[in-house]
Amino acid sequence: MHAESAVRAPLIYGNKNYHQITEDICRPIESKPTRLFMITITFTALLMTWGLFMIGWTVWFGIGEWGLNRTVDWGWDITNFVWWIGIGHAGTLISAILLLFRQKWRMAINRAAEAMTIFAVICAGLFPIFHMGRVWLIFYNLPYPNTRGPVWPNYNSPLMWDVFAISTYFTVSLLFWYTGLIPDLATVRDRAKKKLSKFIYGVLSFGWTGSAKHWQRHEALSLVLAGISTPLVLSVHTIVSFDFATSVIPGWHTTIFPPYFVAGAIFSGFAMVLTLMLVARKVMNLQEYITLEHIESMNKIIVLTGSIVGSAYITELFVAWYSGNIYEQYAFSNRALGPYWWAYWGMMTCNVISPQLFWVRSLRRSVWFTFFMSIIINCGMWFERFVIIVTSIHRDFLPSAWSYYTPTYVEISIFAGTVGLFLTAFMLFAKTMPVIAMAETKHILRISGDAQKKAAAAHAHSHNDLSGTTQGH
Amino acid sequence: MRNKFLVGLYSDEDKMIDGVKAMRESHLEVYDVVSPFAVHGLDDALGLNESRLHITGFIYGFSGLAIALSFMTWSFTSDWPLNFGGKPHFSFPAFIPILFEFTVLSASIGMTLTFLLRSGLYPGRIRETLDERTTDDKFAVVFRISKKTTEEEIGKMKEMLQSSGAEEIKERELSRHY
Repeated sequence: MHAESAVRAPLIYGNKNYHQITEDICRPIESKPTRLFMITITFTALLMTWGLFMIGWTVWFGIGEWGLNRTVDWGWDITNFVWWIGIGHAGTLISAILLLFRQKWRMAINRAAEAMTIFAVICAGLFPIFHMGRVWLIFYNLPYPNTRGPVWPNYNSPLMWDVFAISTYFTVSLLFWYTGLIPDLATVRDRAKKKLSKFIYGVLSFGWTGSAKHWQRHEALSLVLAGISTPLVLSVHTIVSFDFATSVIPGWHTTIFPPYFVAGAIFSGFAMVLTLMLVARKVMNLQEYITLEHIESMNKIIVLTGSIVGSAYITELFVAWYSGNIYEQYAFSNRALGPYWWAYWGMMTCNVISPQLFWVRSLRRSVWFTFFMSIIINCGMWFERFVIIVTSIHRDFLPSAWSYYTPTYVEISIFAGTVGLFLTAFMLFAKTMPVIAMAETKHILRISGDAQKKAAAAHAHSHNDLSGTTQGH
Repeated sequence: MRNKFLVGLYSDEDKMIDGVKAMRESHLEVYDVVSPFAVHGLDDALGLNESRLHITGFIYGFSGLAIALSFMTWSFTSDWPLNFGGKPHFSFPAFIPILFEFTVLSASIGMTLTFLLRSGLYPGRIRETLDERTTDDKFAVVFRISKKTTEEEIGKMKEMLQSSGAEEIKERELSRHY
């Protein structure tokens, strides 16, 4: 039996045993949806429907329905794409990188964060797809033997790399998430009372029994998927940043972009995980599993990645000045002082100044403050993408081409629609599937459970007085 | 084909592992252990060989890499060499992102399918369960009772299950793969 220092705070509170974990995590699935749930999901589903209608509108009438113009040809669409992709990164970071680092606190949040990744990537994917304009020709992106030569897609183009990166990221995230879900869905199946739900969860759980050999293969699969997801998640946002960094636009053409984008992605992703999980933990009564320790750990990662992002902003400014290149210098002074100054200062306030407040322990452990900050960070990271994209291109090399961009109601509706899609999908997931990885939580109960730790400490104490004082909660 | 199984249910995984070790030492063949989560040390106790899944992952990944590299090279240098601003047709550094992504994609899809195939898992597979609590909080040690199994052996199995702390012992008749 592995033991853990008594000083380390437990990850599961309450006097839990294996059965109690099953009960606690399955309860939201097995109980009837509440009124609040029905009202909220109706609202988000309507929002989603409106967004989808506006996507249809765009396809029917063309990209002219958006506010883009000849100078600003990337606006809210690509901003939203990068924002959503960034949000997805937290899920993979939690489940893959923290698995490799053997961080046990990931287990309360990994399942929900991975689900969030999948929904966020779906939302992200919609933007470049519909920005293509003639979306029915989307298969031109794929390297298939065609009657046009065959002319192959340009494998040297970062936009083509993106097609591969995003589709690979989506597929691998989906596989990782679902293989992890199989044993837990089997638990739900075996508990199901109604014939229909037994059948549905039976289909979904692929006939899982929990045989020793299956568990052994399952562990091997999870470890390798985590191992290859780690460079994958870093590569995805790196490739997204190449969309900008390999161009010759002042403000985009910088080598700092890949690490800066990756840190920003994790920063915004953790903020979104917090936004959702703080609500879920309250509504689904999971405070004993998603504890203040979890919230504090996530806030620490927010301080780290937020500081990386902040340093990157300052570095960019310094390098723009130091380069001696007047176009580069203008791009940055225009960001801070030009017509889009509000976006720049919004970004600076939300992303650079506010996360530093998390150096204070009591703020890191305050649920309300964390929730508030997670919203601020989400807004700040949206501003960041808007600043990078729109302010860099709205003042072209030729002053006669300068323009200003504002989104139309169509673009705003599509963005709101993706938020609706994301929330609807997440709520359906939370209602129908175990939001906390049950099998993994049981796996750590003996080591990290509050009651179990206290018992172990008391046991050690009675045997050996040199073991020191026990620090319980 | 129906098979008979002798099942012992435990609530404590440590007792179960000790039991399995003792049973194997006294030359009883433990058919399987069914548990609600992956129990540490169980593979050794059962004497399971290490999974070769990660080797297949390497093979799939490497094949993906080879396919992507040869396909991009073939299509850009021999099938339809397009001129992109005078750059070399075989522009290897620019191929790296796609090579990496395709390697990861092949490895993960291949491994997952192998895992599902080898474990006999697929959507809609309905298996008879030994006991519905094995996905909740019970650990089941399973013996297979064939025609060759003597009464004496069955008695020994039951006795060892009992002495190692099994709370419930029962015989189940299930299809081969339960």
